[in-house]
Amino acid sequence: MTAPEKSHHYGIETRAVHAGAAPEPVTGARNVPIFQTTSYVFDDADHAASLFNLQTFGYIYTRLGNPTVAALEERVASLEGGRAAVATATGHSAQLLAFFTLLEPGDHFVASRFLYGGSITQFTHTFPRLGWHGTFVDPRNLDEVRAAITPTTKLIFTESLANPGGVVVDLAALAEIAHENGIPLVVDNTLATPYLWRPFEWGADIVIHSMTKFLSGHGTSMGGIVVESGKFDWAASGKFPALTQPDPAYHGLNFYETFGDFGFSMKTRAVGLRDLGPALSPQNAFYILTGIETLPLRMDRHVSNATAVAEHLAEHPAVAWVSYAGLPDSPYAALAARYLPKGAGSVFTFGVKRGYEAGIKVVESVELWSHLANVGDTRSLIIHPASTTHRQLTDEQRDAAGAGNDVIRLSVGIETAADLIADLDQALHQAV
Amino acid sequence: MSSLGLEYDDGYLIDILRRNRTVAMVGASPNWNRPSYFAMKYLQRKGYRVIPVNPVAAGQVILGETVVPDLASIDVPVDVVDVFRRADAVPAIVDEAIRIKARVVWLQLGVVHLEAAVRATEAGLTVVQDRCMKIEYGRLSGELGWSGVNSGILTSRRRRLLA
Repeated sequence: MTAPEKSHHYGIETRAVHAGAAPEPVTGARNVPIFQTTSYVFDDADHAASLFNLQTFGYIYTRLGNPTVAALEERVASLEGGRAAVATATGHSAQLLAFFTLLEPGDHFVASRFLYGGSITQFTHTFPRLGWHGTFVDPRNLDEVRAAITPTTKLIFTESLANPGGVVVDLAALAEIAHENGIPLVVDNTLATPYLWRPFEWGADIVIHSMTKFLSGHGTSMGGIVVESGKFDWAASGKFPALTQPDPAYHGLNFYETFGDFGFSMKTRAVGLRDLGPALSPQNAFYILTGIETLPLRMDRHVSNATAVAEHLAEHPAVAWVSYAGLPDSPYAALAARYLPKGAGSVFTFGVKRGYEAGIKVVESVELWSHLANVGDTRSLIIHPASTTHRQLTDEQRDAAGAGNDVIRLSVGIETAADLIADLDQALHQAV
Repeated sequence: MSSLGLEYDDGYLIDILRRNRTVAMVGASPNWNRPSYFAMKYLQRKGYRVIPVNPVAAGQVILGETVVPDLASIDVPVDVVDVFRRADAVPAIVDEAIRIKARVVWLQLGVVHLEAAVRATEAGLTVVQDRCMKIEYGRLSGELGWSGVNSGILTSRRRRLLA
């Protein structure tokens, strides 16, 4: 077999199917096997020691790594254009691990206030118990972002296409502020997916997904992932001793020096995942891998359906407003044209006239849309965020996040657009 | 970790890793937690003979090999001179590599010296800069993917690119 002369750069559709997966060498199995195993035998004692010391690549225990999960990690890293990835049981735990690698107790972070309600709750109530304190800012106000940074700030966190109303955040501007201060920009790219938006291309340093959503795409499996660009200089600012100083948890190993541009991921795996334990099951990894194969196809349909639904609602007499960045009169239209040329995703919000009561009636009257807490499924989903996903927030936080009392959030699926529109029409008719 | 964004085709690197067997590791450390030790151990497992070169540790034994003080002290033909030293030490090492008729000069992560690299190339040696031999072997053989790293390699072949 001859080696390829030139490295070929494959398109995203090809990599969605192939990246991270090759035929299994022993059996020739074409699809990725589900390695439903907790542990792996060692060749000999020296091999075992080398694995534990990270001196050789291989598998020890599925909490740390698993071949099915590894295929998924490489696939998502490839799609995002990143260097390496670490998969986790959930999006929440992906956030936990990313913060755990970068922040010490007492450190500070800056976060956009346009976030999924679960992230706001995690940042507001649980991270402080670990000693990590955050300041929420309006990402559209760059002065406010700059002013929030202190000497102990270790990262800026934002969603790219934000929950729930599809706010488009100016990633390049935030990346510049982060880098001025020697800290990384961490981007939750769940609602966009790498098919619509690749944050690393705009200066992001870490990308996080709830793979539970569009990547898996079918509402079957929980999963999360942390991806690194491989381009951030962790040593330059001196702010990340966990990566650049000898690590007591590994006999004084210097992760960034030893592993270079995937040192962040090795540390996140070898210490965060190892000691906190939110490992992704091989079974779930398999379902998510399968879902990702059709990511490009599904996202195109999600976008075309969302556009049709949003345009219909924008003209609907019972609808007060629609917040979808794919509409031409959206305040985010210019940012969407720049960052999301293939479409502004399929999660957006609208307000029903007569507010809260009508909103409740709509979500209780739909027959085809599913009333549940999730986004990014083949099925179209509807929810009233104020009473559910953003329930634990204060009224002010809810309004600030775009989830006020009259807001209904849609996650448009891949069904026949006319059916989705007809079902909303009948529900709106009953409500108003 | 500075990088000039030097890019190497996979085929170029695979040829180097496949066609060579004896590696003189300049700057090898007896400390088992240093990157050079990691690389030496890994390359030995992959079938390379790795001869540690380090004047400070000369005479010590690292992973079964006696440390020599310099390249000239090696009494077997050397294929690859693998450099774990700072960039300012590279020109003198390249001079020695040319003198002992090595085939490849491989500068590890973060080590770049364009002038010395050009000189080595003009003397007929193959040069790699700012790469780790262990990491590239791992990437091209598929093993790096076991740690969730994007190898950039897509294949429908059953066998790995490196045996």
